[in-house]
Formats: sequence, C-alpha cells, structure tokens
Amino acid sequence: MQDTLLTIDGLSAGTEDKPILHDIHLELGSGQTHVLMGPNGAGKSTLGHVIMGDPSYQVTSGSITFDGADITDLTSDKRSLAGIFLSYQAPVEVPGVPLYSFLRTICQMRPELKTTARKFRERVGQICEQLELSDSFLMRELNVGFSGGEKKKVEMLQLLLLQPKLAILDETDSGLDVDALSIVSRGIEAYRAQCDGTLLVITHNTRILERLDVDRTHVMVRGHLVAEGDASLVGEIDASGFSRFEDELAAKGGVA
Amino acid sequence: MSDAPERKHSEVADVDRSLYDFVMPEEGYERYDDGLTPDIVRAISAKKDEPAWMRELRLKALDAFHEMRMASNWGPDVSALDMDHISTYVSPQTKQARNWDDVPDDIKTTFERLGIPEAERESLAGVGAQYDSEIVYHNMREEVAEQGVIYTTIEDALHDPQWEPVVHQYFGTLIPMRDHKFAALHYAVWSGGSFVYVPAGVSLSYPLQSYFRLNASGAGQFEHTLIIVEEGADLHFIEGCSAPKYYEANLHAGAVELFVKDHARLRYSTIENWSKNMFNLNTKRATVGADAKMEWVSGSFGSHVSYLYPTTFLQGARSSCEFTGITFAGATQDLDTGCKVILNGADTTASVDTKSISKDGGVNTFRSSVIIGRRADRARATVSCSSLMLDDISRSDTIPAMDVRNPTASVGHEATIGRISDDTILYLMSRGCSEAEARTMVVNGFANPVSKELPLEYAVEMNNLIKLEMEGAIG
Repeated sequence: MQDTLLTIDGLSAGTEDKPILHDIHLELGSGQTHVLMGPNGAGKSTLGHVIMGDPSYQVTSGSITFDGADITDLTSDKRSLAGIFLSYQAPVEVPGVPLYSFLRTICQMRPELKTTARKFRERVGQICEQLELSDSFLMRELNVGFSGGEKKKVEMLQLLLLQPKLAILDETDSGLDVDALSIVSRGIEAYRAQCDGTLLVITHNTRILERLDVDRTHVMVRGHLVAEGDASLVGEIDASGFSRFEDELAAKGGVA
Repeated sequence: MSDAPERKHSEVADVDRSLYDFVMPEEGYERYDDGLTPDIVRAISAKKDEPAWMRELRLKALDAFHEMRMASNWGPDVSALDMDHISTYVSPQTKQARNWDDVPDDIKTTFERLGIPEAERESLAGVGAQYDSEIVYHNMREEVAEQGVIYTTIEDALHDPQWEPVVHQYFGTLIPMRDHKFAALHYAVWSGGSFVYVPAGVSLSYPLQSYFRLNASGAGQFEHTLIIVEEGADLHFIEGCSAPKYYEANLHAGAVELFVKDHARLRYSTIENWSKNMFNLNTKRATVGADAKMEWVSGSFGSHVSYLYPTTFLQGARSSCEFTGITFAGATQDLDTGCKVILNGADTTASVDTKSISKDGGVNTFRSSVIIGRRADRARATVSCSSLMLDDISRSDTIPAMDVRNPTASVGHEATIGRISDDTILYLMSRGCSEAEARTMVVNGFANPVSKELPLEYAVEMNNLIKLEMEGAIG
C-alpha cells in the first residue's frame, strides 16, 4: 500500500455567489501521476487553485490533507513551503523584479534549498540548459513581455528548482502549441526523474499525456468528479469525448 | 479656545520608522528664539561674519517674507506650520571638522548610523554633513582637490577672497527671493549647505555627497546649495536628508541653484527621508547651457507635507534634461511633487519619468509643467507618470500642464494609475512569499526603474525604505 500524499475529503468550494466544486473526493499517492480531465468550465482549474489556497474561492465543506497535515485553512505561501506547487495557465507579469533574484528569493526562504550563490547559479544554469532557456532571460523582469512558451519555461524552471512534493500543472486552456507542449513534457520528465514527486496534470488535451506514465485518470463534469480509472481512460476520452460522462451525471440529477 | 496653551505646537500623527528615528540631546546648543525678527536675522548674519551685501540681502528677504502672502489654493494645507513656533537657527557647539574623529561623539554616531563615513570611504569623492543649522564635517579627497574642484560651505566660500565674488555673482540669481513666500524665508535665514565649483573639463569619477540631518525639534533647516559645473565638466552630486520624529512641526526650506555650463553634465540625486512631522517646502532650480545635460534622480519618502518641483531651464541649444523620480506617501503624508522644464534652446529635449506610491491614506499629487519657448525649434518633451495605490483609502492625482509656443516642437504625456492585482499576490504567495513579502516585492519592482539610477548603496537604502514603509502594512 502506497503512502497517500494528498487527500481531498468531501470538498465543496466556490466563489461567494456561485458553488463550483461539489463533494470532491480525491487521493493522490506519493510518487504517482494523476490526470484530471473534463470539458471546458467543469471546474478543473478551480480544483487546482483550491488545492493551492487561492483566496478567491471559499471552501464550504470538506477538508484537504497534505503530507499528514490538514491544510484546508492555510494560506498559499504556507502550502507552497509545505511542498505544493501550481504551474499556472497564464503566469502573471511582475515588472521590475528580475527573474534571477526572484528565483533566488523563493529558494532561500526554504531551509532545505538554501545554498551558496555559486551553487545556486550552477543549478539554475543546468536547468536552463535542460529547458533550452537562454541565460539572458534570467536578467529580465519576471515574465514581462515573455511569449507563452517562455512563460511556460519559467514555470518549469521554478518547478525544478523548488522540487515540490506535489506539482499541479494547470494546462486547461493554454491552447498548447507544439513548442509549449514539448516544454511542459520535458519539465514533467525532468521533475519525475529528479524529484520523484507526485503529479496532478489538469488538461483536456490528451497529447500532453502521450509521453507520460499515468497512474490514475479522473474525470470532472460540472464540478463533480464523475469517473476514475487507469491510463486507459485517457484513450477512451480521446476517442469519444466527455458526452458519456455528462449524460451519466444528468441521469443522476447531479446538475449544479 | 480662549485659554490657548502658552506654546501651541503643530502636531502630526505618528509613524514608526525607528531606523532613522533616534534623537541626540540638544544640551549646550546655541538655539535662537522662535519666530522671525530683524534681530534674529542680524544675529545669524553676525554669527557668520558675512559681507554686508549678504546681510542686506537677508534683511530684504525678511521684508519680502512678511509682505508676501501664502499662495492660495495651492497644494496641501500648510496652515499647521506656525513660524512663530519655529526656531530658524540651532547650532551644535562645534567647529567644522575635516576628520570624523574631531566631530562630537553624538553627532558622529548619528552619521555613522546613517552610513555616511562608510559611504565616504568606499564610494564618494567628498562629503559634507550638516547637523541642524551648521555643517559639522566637510572633506574631499586630495586628488579631487588637486583638480581644482571646490567643495565647501557657502559660509567658507564667502570668507575666501577668491570665491566671495563668485558666490556674489551667482547666489540668489536662479531662485529670486520673491519667487514665493518660502523662498523669501530661505534667503532671510539660510544657513549651511554646499558650494561646489567644478573647473572646465574636469570629470569627477566619484560623486560628492551632502547629508542634511535635522535633530532639533520645532526647528527649521534652510541650507543653500550652489553648484557651478563649468564647460565640459562632469559631476554627480548626491543629497540625503533625514530627521527623527517629533510631535512639533519642523520646517525644511532649502534652496538649490545649479549652473550647468556648455557641454557639461550634472547629475543631482536626492534621497529625502524627512520625518513625518516635517514641512518640506524646498526649491531646486537648474540652468543648462548648450549641449549640456542635467539629470535629476529624486526619491521622496518622508515629510508630512512636501512642495517640491525641481525646475530646469534648458537655455542652450541641444541641451537636455532627464528627470527620474519616485514619491512614497504613507499615512499622514500629503506629498505635492513634480517637476518643471522650460525649453528655450533649439533642439532641446526633456524626458520626465516619475512613479508614485500611495498607501494607508497617503496622498500623492504629481504636477508637471513643460513650457516650450518661442525660439525652441524642434524641442521635444515627454512626460510619463505612473502611480501605484496600495489600498482604497489612498489617493493619487496627476496634474500635467503644457505650454507650447513653437509650432515645430513636440510634446507627449502619459499617465497610468494602478493597483496590485490579486492574481499577482497569489502568484508570488504560491511560490512561498508571505503576503507582505509579495507586496514589498511588487512595490520594489515598481520602484526599480528609479532605484537602478542610483548608486548601489543608495538603491539599497531606497529598497530598505520601501521595506520599512511596507512593514506592518498587512493587518
């Protein structure tokens, strides 16, 4: 029996005026790769944001347990320091903050990653090489004027530097072009190889999963987790879409 | 309110800024009576043993001060400033020293805590340090002196037969005493400040710095800075100011007159961190010759009320002015800042880039005035102003004025006002930054275009000031 890293138990959440997630149960085992799929607007991204602690969503019932501790009420920074990472669909631009000093700051605040300036520089250099990200980006302002693919690389760079226990990759609507797709795939591979962490990939694009050993697949429709299966479920969705799951949910009367 | 207290103090609310906030005892200091009388003005003049022309200038300025009215409908309210309760002259009982060891211990400690002697050893060509009304330390590196550079106080220059005529020729010519009421006040009671003369063709590889510390409570500081950069010469001058916090109002009404000759360059950097009981009513002006360049870098963090609009006259053809500034207004602060450029020469260029940050109810007003004269063919000016508001109770206004009298000139203005987005805070927090760290990071980033114009140690000081202002910002 594998250790459980993340347990979501009976979680309902939403914005002030609109419930989005309904009675979610989800368990992620250590070192496993899970995929969360579902049609547009199903609430997949919301679940990723709620796990990260985005204050724009309120948890109305249920709990989130991470690494043995209840994190339901923790702020995002505490969750990050505990080992959760969320890669955003559209990372924000932060003018005036050089990428390199930002990376240094977020690493130095973690006792397990604290290191000398020289070792840090080497480590960043290695990862940049892996991701084919030019050094010149390190002196630029965080994400400012970066293309979609460059922003993805910066997210993967942070993922590999921070080595979180759980990485949630929110790739829902990022209209991934071939380049971005290969960047994310490369990031995932390196993360799996170097950190042996747990992955939750949120997507409705099955191509990203082609090079990935998926342990479990979850399907979300209108805020409900409606199906769970092994990797073969990905293939099924690829072939016939989500309509079967939507129909089943409607038959059960589970309309939000 | 019939039985008003004997001494009414102007009070302003209190903000913690312990790094700058330490007071040294004033015991044994020479302190003139509060208020303004011809006797006080004569006493200041006599103490300085000035030439008669300077004494006459002071007395004329005093008349002007009493005659002139406060500008009505201008900027933040300064009615809380009562000149009858401000001492215009407070002097520590010490002579000006050329060696820090000769400076009295408490004053030396003050400047050490502000990092001045250290900066002098590492990266400055010369330092002047003013404490209350008098300069207590002044020194310049040998090799700079050997190039003929003069860096001294105006008082000392007035006692030097070679420089007295030069001071007489320039002093008070850029900022007329009747320019406004506080200019008149300044000329009546000015004390301390710097006189800098850079001979033609001389480039200083390190900056000169004057630091102004107002330790006394209920007092004013009225230093006069006069800088002449001769043809083809190059100078970076840094001015720093701070004061501990008091409940009584303090007043700063300095004057800065800058003469930048043909082909010369002057960069004038200021980090102003007056305490939040200070009325900072300061006047700065530069005149720029042909092919010469004036650069202003200005960081304003302190004071209760500021009126500060450095003005540049681009007189010579192809002369240029760059103004880079940032103001940070927190609780109890109402900062009215900006800049003014008058383009008179042909092919002159001015570029103004300012940032303002308001928080905890702080008020920022940015005024720019660009005047393009009739003969300024092909003159170009751009003004850009961006404001960041950190909450809903703060305020930021931009008031641009342009007066273009030449059809071949071009001017541009842009202003943006923004807030820190929740998405940005979430992004940074989800990478491990606390909310306060995330906000500080965003504000530092916003200020970065200004801090990168400063020498490293001042950029660090500015970032520390921002951090200090941001601390406790999160409830």
